Amino acid sequence: MKDGGWRSHVPKLEDLARRHGLDWAPVIFEAVPDSFMSEIAVYGLPVRMPHWSFGARYIYQLVQRHMGYSRLFEVVFPGNPGHAYLASSNGLADNILVTAHVLGHADFSNNNLLFRRCQDQGSEHIVEHAASHARQIERDIEAHGMNAVEQVLDAALSLEQYIDIDQVLRRERYPEYLPAAPQPTDDAFRARFAALDAAAVPAHPRKTRAPLPPHPERDLLWFIATYAPEMESWERDIFLAVREESFYFYPVYATQIMNEGWASYWHARLLREADFIPQAAYLDAIKCHSDVVRPIAAGEQVALNVNPYHLGFTLWEDIVKNSGVDAARQMMREDDDFSFLRNHLTRDIATEMGLFRFQRQQNGQVKVVAGDIEALQESLLMDKFNFGAPRVAVTEVRGDGTLVLQHDSQLDGRGLDADRARKVLAYVKRVWRRPVLLNTVDAASQPVVHSADSAAA
Amino acid sequence: MSKDSETEPSPVNGWYELFSRGSRDWLRHSEKIREAVREHLPQIVAGSDIINHGARTVRVPVRMLEHYRFRLRDSGESEGVGQGKAKPGDVLGQGNPQSGPGQKGAGGKEDGGTELLLEFKVDEIIDWLWDDLKLPNLQPRVGPSEDSDWQREGWDRRGARSRLDRRRSFKESVKRRAKDASSPAFTDEDLRFRQLKRRRQPAMRAAVFFLLDVSGSMTERDRQVAKTFFFWVAAGLRRQYRSLDIVFVAHTTDAWEFNEEDFFKVAGSGGTVASTGFAKVREIMQSRFNPANCNVYLFYASDGDNAADDRIPARGELEAIAKVARYAGYIEISAAATRGSQSETFRLFQEIAATGLPSGQFSVAGADDVAAAVRHFFTAESQAGAQGAPPAGAPGVSP
Repeated sequence: MKDGGWRSHVPKLEDLARRHGLDWAPVIFEAVPDSFMSEIAVYGLPVRMPHWSFGARYIYQLVQRHMGYSRLFEVVFPGNPGHAYLASSNGLADNILVTAHVLGHADFSNNNLLFRRCQDQGSEHIVEHAASHARQIERDIEAHGMNAVEQVLDAALSLEQYIDIDQVLRRERYPEYLPAAPQPTDDAFRARFAALDAAAVPAHPRKTRAPLPPHPERDLLWFIATYAPEMESWERDIFLAVREESFYFYPVYATQIMNEGWASYWHARLLREADFIPQAAYLDAIKCHSDVVRPIAAGEQVALNVNPYHLGFTLWEDIVKNSGVDAARQMMREDDDFSFLRNHLTRDIATEMGLFRFQRQQNGQVKVVAGDIEALQESLLMDKFNFGAPRVAVTEVRGDGTLVLQHDSQLDGRGLDADRARKVLAYVKRVWRRPVLLNTVDAASQPVVHSADSAAA
Repeated sequence: MSKDSETEPSPVNGWYELFSRGSRDWLRHSEKIREAVREHLPQIVAGSDIINHGARTVRVPVRMLEHYRFRLRDSGESEGVGQGKAKPGDVLGQGNPQSGPGQKGAGGKEDGGTELLLEFKVDEIIDWLWDDLKLPNLQPRVGPSEDSDWQREGWDRRGARSRLDRRRSFKESVKRRAKDASSPAFTDEDLRFRQLKRRRQPAMRAAVFFLLDVSGSMTERDRQVAKTFFFWVAAGLRRQYRSLDIVFVAHTTDAWEFNEEDFFKVAGSGGTVASTGFAKVREIMQSRFNPANCNVYLFYASDGDNAADDRIPARGELEAIAKVARYAGYIEISAAATRGSQSETFRLFQEIAATGLPSGQFSVAGADDVAAAVRHFFTAESQAGAQGAPPAGAPGVSP
């Protein structure tokens, strides 16, 4: 075997990690072929629902891999037990490093509050849940045909990012009626009125229907699954399946820098202290580590992106050096990338790392711009809000069933791409089965309403 | 965890190698692209040299399908954070070529801009066309003389290895073992081989003459329309006949036979004498194809001008052809579709058709009308065929 028996090192690494206070749910390690690794990278989960858009991404990934752009060593899925998939092309040194890395991730996902919250919602077995969603959708395809299921998936997956992470996974419907206004009591008039003939007094106070939705609703997947006027129950289930998977993806997305940094910090530290590793493997592993956390591709002077491994790793090293491991663990539990970068990415570290902000102009020219550290932090975080998707919420369901969506163009700074918006509305209309409208602004910042069939502007 | 590095082949292990969801979804993606391409068939067909047996596939460049999501309007500018030796005010060249023209909104991190070259089987395209046009299948004429051909018939205990019928052999084995459970699983006695016999069959040959007017008045565009039309006709006939000979004849005031490649490049000059073309067709027909056992078709494409003094000879030649051919069709290509009815040649074909001979005419203005022309001719021809020759016997019927 090429990996030279890395499994025998797993218990020793686990012991060492435990002595350092890492605390994780059991992890099942599995070696899988590279092709399976790239599928995980494309689908985000080892077994996930079928959709043609994954096929397009899969080929793209395959091409990238053939061109030698990137290689995956491992993917970890949190849960109890967690699952770690290791590329079977890893050598012994790679696998020792990867095992230590996985333990770091497992510790993170077991303790970080955002991860905990999303797992407590019912995704402690996300790998199994996703597989069962996939199986159910296969059955739907058999029962209702490929085209019918695909239409639903087109809509659900295009709204994949529209969940409300502050809500629970199993969400109740809105109350149907407004709470009754408190009845003033105890004045002379009411006393006399009550003394009148009982028949003249309405037996039940009249209830007022609550408007739908009672407030702008960003949980589009849930809203459509719950309130679509004529959706089949299997269609609603598909929407809710996509929503559950998005609940799993959110913490992965919103703590990427911290999480990768944490895992890289611990693989480096465990490796340094693991005296049981053969010398040659140790050197290879250290070399592999420096490849993973290097800031800039070999032979380049400047990179127009930031390697999250490197950024997270540098920040955690700094935190542990200055505040100790216990303080670091506290931050690991309580932060996400937003608070992590805003609290700990200082001017000094940024300068040391050579981080800079740039602007790409209309002619393609890239210009380095000056700015304070806050501007730099916000630039790094810009794509992380709401999965990087524009803010769109349901604001109204009209009497004829028309669904009205509102894009928050003020917060996003500009309007939506009209063509794509109409295409998405067309997807949604097929499951909502009533007209669907979207308010946003056009290039001149004037309000504009799109619908699935409005002509191209 | 990932890093930039070379890849190496992975060792085969376990059940993970057995399936690929990625490939399955990729196939579905390709299928959807095919559906999309199908809607643009006429443009594809007009584009390439596919009339004769040369190419059996066409390549079409397509973009990957995009799964749409809400996205902010592209402002042309963006900002980000980089790392390395750079100070405020530095200009870092062109960055990456992502924001070049023609790649607008190529999909950010995703894959919108990737182009694929899809290959389509010509036969597949034809099947789509026939489905779309709802064209009737032709009734071939059964010639008095017959071809003989190999037919499958019966089984035997001896034969070529490639004709081993496994299902039947296995049945024999089961039968034998039912009688004697202790006998071996397979013996040579169990083997059954499919047998072939030579059988006489109705003739199913056909020849089609494509006659093209290449006189000075026929423009490049007109020839392109003719080519598209001829392609569809050849494809339609090929659906029906196992062997189809195609003869290309071009004429101005004289007529010549060409191969396919040269045929559409020929640009003559000077006047038009249609009778020379018809005469050439008749000459080739008599020397190479016996109308008695071969279904002969003629399709003539022209802009309709013909020399005034050629009327009588042209009529004579055409009549001679129409009497023996399965069908003679004329497609008039003229930018002003209305003048069709007044042109020399159009009237000539009308007269022939009026005498009851199997012929027809149709006028097109451009490539967009070709589909209508094909429908016209194939519908007309199948009706003519239904009245004329008896319907073809079921394949394999022997006298």
